[in-house]
Amino acid sequence: MSNQVATPPALDVVNLSKHYELAGSWFSNKQALVYAVDDVSFTLGRGETLGLVGESGCGKSTLGRTILRLVEPTSGTIRLEGEDITALSAQEMIARRQRLQVIFQDPYSSLNPRMRAGEIVGEPLTNFNRGTAAEQDERIAFLFKRVGLRPDQRQNFPHEFSGGQRQRLGIARALALGPSVIIGDEPVSALDVSVQAQVINLMMDLQDDYAISYLFIAHDLSVVRHISHRIAVMYLGQIVELATRQELFERPQHPYTQALLAAVPISHPRDRRKRITLKGDVESPINPPAGCRFHNRCPHAVAVCSQERPPLRPLSQDHAVACHLVV
Amino acid sequence: MTQSLQQGLSHSGLSATRAGLRRLWRRYPLSLIGGFVLISLTVLSVLAPWLAPFDPFEMNVVDRLREPGEEYFFGTDAYGRDLFSRTLYGGRISLLIGLSVAGLSTLIGLLIGILAGYSRSADAVLMRIMDGLMAIPGILLAIALMSLARPGIGVVVVAITIPEIPRVVRLVRAVVLSVREQVYIQAAIATGTRLPRLMLKHILPNTLAPLIVQATYIAASAVLIESYLSFLGVGTPPEVPSWGNIIAEGRLYVQIAPWNIVCPSVFLALMVLSINMLGDGLRDMLDPRLQTRVR
Repeated sequence: MSNQVATPPALDVVNLSKHYELAGSWFSNKQALVYAVDDVSFTLGRGETLGLVGESGCGKSTLGRTILRLVEPTSGTIRLEGEDITALSAQEMIARRQRLQVIFQDPYSSLNPRMRAGEIVGEPLTNFNRGTAAEQDERIAFLFKRVGLRPDQRQNFPHEFSGGQRQRLGIARALALGPSVIIGDEPVSALDVSVQAQVINLMMDLQDDYAISYLFIAHDLSVVRHISHRIAVMYLGQIVELATRQELFERPQHPYTQALLAAVPISHPRDRRKRITLKGDVESPINPPAGCRFHNRCPHAVAVCSQERPPLRPLSQDHAVACHLVV
Repeated sequence: MTQSLQQGLSHSGLSATRAGLRRLWRRYPLSLIGGFVLISLTVLSVLAPWLAPFDPFEMNVVDRLREPGEEYFFGTDAYGRDLFSRTLYGGRISLLIGLSVAGLSTLIGLLIGILAGYSRSADAVLMRIMDGLMAIPGILLAIALMSLARPGIGVVVVAITIPEIPRVVRLVRAVVLSVREQVYIQAAIATGTRLPRLMLKHILPNTLAPLIVQATYIAASAVLIESYLSFLGVGTPPEVPSWGNIIAEGRLYVQIAPWNIVCPSVFLALMVLSINMLGDGLRDMLDPRLQTRVR
């Protein structure tokens, strides 16, 4: 805001929405809209990890894919290092992909089964003509080593790797171009717990070395707690709470976040805490309830909750929440 | 360790090839037999001018309808022409037609299929045209084309190819539609892969396996259709000895000289069968997930 040339954040998302239209039936003109992502705003600082949690179907992955422009946004703005990429054509977008990469959830389907591992990791280099064939080869070998694979495994096909190794291939591919932002779309949720830890630690090491910013999408709170600097909680397409890790875990404000944290298993048998059991099911994102999306499951709901949508308001510098009752 | 061991083996040449063949034999015995029969038939046909003991066109009134024997392996036909020589020469026509129909229809079908699979607007138009083509009976189309143009092998190829194209298009389109939804396609787009490379490296290789298998079936059915057409008198010109022609002529004498039909029919059946057997195994061999140990 000031006159000085401040470095813009790695990623700046403003009022981003993605609505899907459901085809109406033959007999009615009623248009049903799926509010997969609804008016989401956040920033991702350089070298920061923002964890994005929420239950299945809350729109986390759609949000990730919309930012990547794999899914066309309905409205809103996406800025990558200050540059508005919301309206770029697919052609124009290609050049920006050098700075914005992705790691997918399923390491089995995200690698082309007919390509060799080296080819998969080297594809981004080929796409942008990075160096000569020999230089690319060297870079691929380096990347393999960097993510903990043997360079001589380059000739193997994806099916010859284990799940964890495949995810390392996915990370190496995302790393190849030296991006500044990597969106991890549940990058560890398909892996065994022991392998999860290895992959997360690898991702954290890489962040330290290359100052990468992560948008880390997950549904596992313990994973997110381990890797994130800040955490955003999503419910039915909206961010309901956004805070630093410590703030969120120690002083959760939104009733949904509180319920979510209360559901985390505790390791000690005598260390009990109050369980918050939510009533009802997650509403459908097809024409969701007016007002606060959470009001008909919320234990503290009052009249205003069903009428007015609470905006995401900052409580302090590192804590924002979307709830009428939190002041 | 094992990696370098395997590499060492494959470099040592012949022994590795033999080991590979043995493994292939254990996995795909039928395809190997099919391939072997097909290669033998091909060699026999290609070398027909040198292998054939007689001129396939030379008539010999004295030796009409001879039974198979030492001089004439397959006997002779009603004009005293050597059936063995004619069958060898006939194989050339069948192979030529089988190959060119399979090649042409796969190539054209692949292009149209990828276009239809990738572009929604092209899809609507192209697939309706394909539906229309599919509604035309192949044999009738062939008869119509043959009566319009001068009979010749080229026309036969075109006549058989056209009805085969929609089959390929449907197959390719279906594969493209399913492949383009795969996460690795999204991943490729996210790493900045441009459309031509996306098509060539990611979508095409995944359509190839079913396509090659389909191509073998098309080749087999093209060989068959050519013989139907020739049998009906609308295919290869009667002076050219194709299997269908030989069978059609032999039909008149089937009661007194059954070998006139049996010999070329056996060759025809063998070729169709061997191509089909080969195709079945190819599908498995072309999938890297299934061929792990056979490299």
